[in-house]
Amino acid sequence: MSDERTVEDQRHHKPHDLLQAIGGVPMPAGDVVVESTDVQKYFGRLHVLKGVNLTVKRRETVVVIGASGSGKTTFLRCINHLEKIQGGRIVVNGHLIGYRESDGKLAEDRERNIARQRMDIGMVFQRFNLFPHMTALENIMEAPIRVRGIPETDARATAEALLERVGLAVKRDAYPAQLSGGQQQRVAIARALAMKPALMLFDEPTSALDPEMIGEVLAVMEELAHEGMTMVVVSHEMGFAREAADRVVFMDDGVILEEGEPNALFASPQNPRTKEFLSKIL
Amino acid sequence: MPLRRPRAAIMLLGALAFLLLVGGCQASRAGIYPYNWGIFWDSLLRPSPRIVNGIWLTVSIAITSQIIGVILGVFGALGRLAKFWPARIAANIYVWIFRGTPLLVQITFLYYGLLVTRIYGWPDITVLGITLPSAIQAGIFALGVNEGAYMTEIVRAGILSVDPGQLEAARSLGMTYPLAMRRIVLPQAARVIVPPLGNEFNNMLKTTSLLVVIAVPELYVTFEQLNGSGSSQFHPFELFLACACWFLLLTTIWSIIQAFIERRVGRGYGGERPPGIFDRLFGARLRRAFDPSQVSGGR
Repeated sequence: MSDERTVEDQRHHKPHDLLQAIGGVPMPAGDVVVESTDVQKYFGRLHVLKGVNLTVKRRETVVVIGASGSGKTTFLRCINHLEKIQGGRIVVNGHLIGYRESDGKLAEDRERNIARQRMDIGMVFQRFNLFPHMTALENIMEAPIRVRGIPETDARATAEALLERVGLAVKRDAYPAQLSGGQQQRVAIARALAMKPALMLFDEPTSALDPEMIGEVLAVMEELAHEGMTMVVVSHEMGFAREAADRVVFMDDGVILEEGEPNALFASPQNPRTKEFLSKIL
Repeated sequence: MPLRRPRAAIMLLGALAFLLLVGGCQASRAGIYPYNWGIFWDSLLRPSPRIVNGIWLTVSIAITSQIIGVILGVFGALGRLAKFWPARIAANIYVWIFRGTPLLVQITFLYYGLLVTRIYGWPDITVLGITLPSAIQAGIFALGVNEGAYMTEIVRAGILSVDPGQLEAARSLGMTYPLAMRRIVLPQAARVIVPPLGNEFNNMLKTTSLLVVIAVPELYVTFEQLNGSGSSQFHPFELFLACACWFLLLTTIWSIIQAFIERRVGRGYGGERPPGIFDRLFGARLRRAFDPSQVSGGR
């Protein structure tokens, strides 16, 4: 009986004070969080990114749209160096990502340094990628304890606060296999937030979800955006873009073709390719 | 008329046949071979200190060798999957050699071969007050290194079975490769590794008997010696039947432990759980035959 009530509670749950759970908006070093210049990426012979330039400022939410194969997910993965780049540079929080510069040449950085840079970049995956052998709470506590070296009691307190704020306090001891897709994705967001990242990356966070679960995940993301988290979101959720994005970026064939304030871009796209794409999905 | 419980019927028939065999031996063939069932029952129910020592040696050698094998297997697998090519080559050569030559040859070569050439003389080592004779050291080493080659393949398959997204998620949280392997990938690979690992250990318990070639007095060698001299001389039927029973007891105990471990590493996963001890020994159909209310799988 009490189970039914908690389910009801969750349905009407509105996330709030997400960032308060991790002590406010994590401050990056400067006002510019991401600065990518002329990023080039090849998969073998295939030229996927053909010079991507993008600047993301502190507290800004940028939504990246584009057809599949346009390189938007690849670009997002380059931002935390899950993909190597063959040209250009990406600077996050003032650190060159993945590479060291010596004598004007770029060489891939040491594993340890790359890992340190990733600590400040949260990532949410399309397929959640929760650790299936750990409970929801353990998923969230793992990296703060093992990577940041935070005492277990503190990590547990933060994790519990985050779970409560994404509406999953009752699921703290559930394993991912026992959670719905929407619930898993909310745990995944909490897991990324627990590292107190200065930047959050979302890689199509709702496209693996059943339609009725998309709303609960978008609600958490909208709340995060309003609270001032810096976010780069690859998504086709136009409602979310209108509601939460400061800027929408349209990618096509490995370059950014057009960008602008969401309502303006959706209402009057300048580039014909943008027009064509929007006419298909709006 | 079709049997309602074919499995149970077959099991009962088998047990009956065994009893007939034993009884028949007693009664009709006593003139040909002087059966002494006292030797059989004594070595099972009142084992001499020599037999107990043999059992202890078999178990401890098997456990130690298997642990060495698992450790080598993890490093071998990481080597085979490494980006650094010399590590890949080294791991491949290791697996190639130790899977490609007979274990018996490896044991003799590593002990006698290294001993007579003074490449390594296997001097006695004392660990925690127990002195390990040279043959036992060489035996553990040979079994462990050989096992490592097989475990390399098993661990590698286990690691490859883990969704690559897991490693990406771990790395995106700032974990280094070794930490991500230890905390995220290997625990998940364990689920795939444990069942074949259990079979490997079952084999290992029995394979220790190959150490007969370097005269390690483990379980099989003990019984061979009992057959060769003393009051039980020339009673191979009773002695080796008892020896087989001891090995069967060891592997049965192990299968119970294995079932427990498999259920433990399977936690957090939905779907069917690994079969329990009873199912493993007698088959799920027999259990259902006795207890129709129980549904297979559980959970």
